Parts: sequence; C-alpha cells; structure tokens
Amino acid sequence: MNTLFDKIWDAHVVQKVDDGPTQLYIDRLYCHEVTSPQAFDELRKRGIGCLRPERIFCMPDHNIPTMEQDKPIKEPVSRNQVETLVRNAGEFGLPLFGMMHPKNGIIHVVGPEQGLTLPGMTIVCGDSHTSTHGAMGAVAFGIGTSEVGMVMASQCILQQKPKAMRISVEGTLGKGVTAKDVALYIMSQMTTSGATGYFVEYAGSAIRSMSMESRLTLCNLSIEMGARGGMVAPDETTFEYIRGREYAPKGEEWDKAVAYWKTLYSGEDAVFDKEYTFAAEDIEPRITYGTNPGMGMGITESIPGVDTVDEAGRSSYEKSLGYMGFGAGEKLLGKPVDYVFIGSCTNGRIEDFRAFAQIVKGRQKAPGVTAWIVPGSWSVQRQIVAEGIDRILQEAGFELRQPGCSACLAMNEDKVPEGKYCVSTSNRNFEGRQGPGARTILASPYVAAAAAVTGCISDPRDFL
Amino acid sequence: MKKEKFNIITDSCIPLPLENVDTDQIVPARFLKATTREGFGENLFRDWRFDKEGNMNKEFVLNNPTYKGRILVAGKNFGCGSSREHAAWAIADYGFRVVVSSFFADIHKNNELNNFVLPVVVSEGFLKELFDSIAADPATQVTVDLPAQTITNNATGKSESFEINGYKKHCLMNGLDDIDFLLSNKDKIEEYESKRTL
Repeated sequence: MNTLFDKIWDAHVVQKVDDGPTQLYIDRLYCHEVTSPQAFDELRKRGIGCLRPERIFCMPDHNIPTMEQDKPIKEPVSRNQVETLVRNAGEFGLPLFGMMHPKNGIIHVVGPEQGLTLPGMTIVCGDSHTSTHGAMGAVAFGIGTSEVGMVMASQCILQQKPKAMRISVEGTLGKGVTAKDVALYIMSQMTTSGATGYFVEYAGSAIRSMSMESRLTLCNLSIEMGARGGMVAPDETTFEYIRGREYAPKGEEWDKAVAYWKTLYSGEDAVFDKEYTFAAEDIEPRITYGTNPGMGMGITESIPGVDTVDEAGRSSYEKSLGYMGFGAGEKLLGKPVDYVFIGSCTNGRIEDFRAFAQIVKGRQKAPGVTAWIVPGSWSVQRQIVAEGIDRILQEAGFELRQPGCSACLAMNEDKVPEGKYCVSTSNRNFEGRQGPGARTILASPYVAAAAAVTGCISDPRDFL
Repeated sequence: MKKEKFNIITDSCIPLPLENVDTDQIVPARFLKATTREGFGENLFRDWRFDKEGNMNKEFVLNNPTYKGRILVAGKNFGCGSSREHAAWAIADYGFRVVVSSFFADIHKNNELNNFVLPVVVSEGFLKELFDSIAADPATQVTVDLPAQTITNNATGKSESFEINGYKKHCLMNGLDDIDFLLSNKDKIEEYESKRTL
C-alpha cells in the first residue's frame, strides 16, 4: 500500500474486472519489428485501427546490421521484418524512427533519451527489457504480441496486479563496481526467478547516488530475476536528465509535470510484500559462469560446487557448466576469451562507452580478440564522437559500429561462433543467445574493456 | 490463432525435467523473423532437438517415440527470459494444450493463456511424483479439468487443485480473447481519458 508502484498503477486503473485482472490504461507503447507484425495483422483482421496512434512509437532495432546501415539489409528475412514495420507504421499512422533516422536506436535507449519515457507513465513493449524505463519512475513492463495488439486496439491491457518488493542497496560502491555489477549481484542472491510475480522498487543510498544511465542499467536487468518490472523513484537526477529533451514537457507544462513527479515516491507507511537490503561494500566486479544471469560470482571467486544446488536443479546446473566448458570450483581469472561485446539496452549508453574508453585508453586491443563496439542509439553514437571517445577507441585498435541490438541476441550477422567465449555487457547468457553454441560471460563495461586489452578475464580494478 | 475451447483433457505427457527453461531455448532468436503466427512448432526447442547440421538429436525427449501427448511437464521457472510470444506459438503449434510446472515466468504464462494453452502450476511434490510416474511408465495419463480446476496424476490417483482467475477461465472455456473484452469496453476507456488531469 502507498508504494511508488501503487501510486502509478492506481492512477491508471480503468476498471477492475470481476474475479479477474485489472484493465490498465497505457500511456506509451513502443514497437519494434520482431514482436509487432502479428499484432498489426490482428487489427487488420478485425478491420480496426490503433485507438491512440499518437501514444505509439515504432523503431526497428533487433535485426539491423551494425555496419553499412545506409545500404539495404542483406539478409532477406531480416529485411522483410524491418520493411514490414515501416509499412505497418505508415498504414496505421504511427511515428517511426526507421533505420538511419537520427533518432533510431534500441528502443530502451531511445525512449528515455528522447524524453518519450517520463515519470508516472505506464509503458509497455513486446520486449522483456521494457523494465528499463522504470528507472525514470515509470511502471514499465514487457508483454507478448497478443497484448501488443490489445494496446494498439484499446490503449489498455488486462493485467493481474503484481506484488510489491523493495530492494535497498546501502553504502558506497567500490572502485570499478558499476550498476551492472549491482544487478548481477542482486540476481545471484535472488536467483533467476526470485522476483517473479513482483514489481521491484530499488532504493537506498547506493541507488540514490547513481546516474540516470546507471539506474537504466539496473532496472533493465529486473526481468533477469523474474520481476515484472523495476523502478526508481524520480528525483533531481531524473528531472535534470529529462529537462530539455525533445519530447519532454516545456515551460508551464514542465513545472506542472515536475510538481506531479515530486509526489511519486513510496510513503513512510508504504507496505511491501517483500523487502531485501544489500550492502554496497559486499559487491565486487562480477562475471557469470553459467547459462542464466543468476549464475554469477565475484570476479575473484570460484564457480560454486554442485552441492550448493538443490537436488531438483542439479541436472540443469551440470548441463549449464557443461555447455560453458567450465568445472565446479574453477576460477575464471586469466581464462582466455575470443570475443568482447559492448552495447545493448543494458550497457549501450554514453556512460558505458566512457567506462570502456577509460580502460582501453593508451592500451591496445589484444590480438586474437574480436571486439564489437555498438552504441545503443545514433544519439549515443554522436556523443561518442563529440567526446572524442571514437579516437581513443581507434588508437587502441577498436572500431566503432552503428547502433542496434546486435550481438545481444544475434538476430543480425553479429554472431559469436560455436564454442567461443564472449565477454558481453548484454543481459542474457542463455544457451545459444549470441549464436548457436556461443558461450557468454556477462559483465560490466569495465570488465569487458579489461578482457579486450588482455585477451582474458581480468580484474578491471588493476586498470583503474 | 486457433481459439480452441478448453474443457477437460486426459492425455499422456512429455517430460522435460529441467529448471529455468528460457524462451530462447523454446524458440531461438534466429527463428523469430517470421511475420505470421504459423509454423513455429517446427522450431520448438530447435537447438535441443537438432544438431547444427539439422540431424535429429535422438537423446532429446521430443524425438523419443516412447513419449507422446498434448501435455508438457517441465521443471520450475518455465519460460523465463525473453517476452517472445513465439515461444507460446511454438508450444501451441507443436500440439501442446497444457504445460505443467511448479513455477512459470510471468510474461510467458500470460502468452500461453492468450494462445489457449493452459499453464498449470502444481506443487513441487506433485511435480516430482509426476516425473517419477512418467519415468516408471511413459504412458502415464494426466487429467486436467479446467471447470473443476483440478489436475490428476492417473497413475497414483493423486489430485491437486490449481489457480486461474474466473475471467480467464471463462475466456478459455468459451474461446474468447482479451481484445474482444477490451473492444466491448470502449466507453470506459473514453471515460477514463476524459477524467485524467495529467
């Protein structure tokens, strides 16, 4: 009761269905090319349009290549999916940031940076990482394609109200410890399903002192512990981030909006169904060793033994280590890697490239490592150039690519080959996620940079 | 989508005693490029069913002719990860009507329901016993009774009740979907919009 989540949810209830879900009004629907075509088909089949087209924004991101975006996509099936989105946006009268559009990029990077995602909003997208937008103080969650169709048709969705969880991180983060490490740490404590059925509010002094980019990274990963979404109460950091962005309110509207946003916090009497508190000092730079994001450890630690897993989970655990080619008890420091990927809706923002550059500056890419440096949007790409980060990368032997989801899920040609190890700043280390047979080690931009210059898993604190 | 009405199903099961089966395994990303809902069953558990040359992996349960049926029984936290509804389309298209597990990921659970596949949440004990029954006799039958909200392991005779809200139960039993409901409520949507101040 009286949580930040309740305040926003309750303000969007159209009706409560008898012995059923809540009909919730949605302020913003984002559409990408993979999970929208069948929803548009549903509308066509019924002969209806989008009820509130001005609330829907479309942009392709999953399939697009990260080189030569000015040329047509080579792979015909990918090209068809992107062209289908362009056609659908035209037919249904929806705003579109197409490939090469100066505002194009990964939806979860673009929404906040354009001021389309604002505090107090309800936001959905056919993508589980929609939880990212919660960092702005919004209720944002991923949905399936049938649900995308519902929102297009009615600007509403039917949802069971999730339970409320608060996760506090208190204290000061150590050197080389980022929001990514905080998220990987929380996940390993909570497991990959520990927050299923819950909406999480992140709180505590360590979260309060995080930048907007860091909060976006943290909320992005909420789904990886099963949470319906994650959010942070808006504060001065949020308002400063939004101020002046293209779609943000201006003038009198701005003052009115900020006055409202300032009411969005959990009251002292707020009741959560579950609460956890972690100490920032307990968190070191982290890596994953298994095939779900909850299977992570401090970079100096050893892979836990199978005896630490309950009986029903042992065959999955062994299958996972077998896939990765790791053994229980093994330390991964010094382990050679083949690929490094920095980018994605998790770590594709300017702060992430600054961190990466901080370590590679004055050093050289290790021979034998293939590195994909992929900004989250054209806006991030322009900022990289404006800040001279592109030159640092180039001098260190790295090449800056063009924005998109890229090797996070390898729907374009950025695929890690079978059996190869990739240190990746993305969000999932599932089997085959970065290409059939690919082995993913999730980590922060600092850890990725340290691996890129040494060619093996290395402690980034030695380079800072 | 076939809006196949749901009532009572008795059938044998296909066991998948793995935990945290994510939707990337149910259908890998490279098969998400279709723009229609059809044909995803072919790629259900693609990288577990086939090797990279496309040869059948005889070890995998879907390729074992001993196991048949429209009921998939899986370890806990089934369907975690990506929100892709393609995973639910693949399960439905392959011919499953029910998925039994002790725990489902939220988004995937909704996706199954929206495709007239019934996710049935059972206790850890019931799930373990069901895996044991199927291991002892692959022809073990399970009865899922939606009107009564019960699931029965017919090998042991043990039953459990499962939860589903009255609205969704009505939808499944009558072949109705959420868009039908929302479109019939347009007046409420407009009323809500007119009352909003921000």
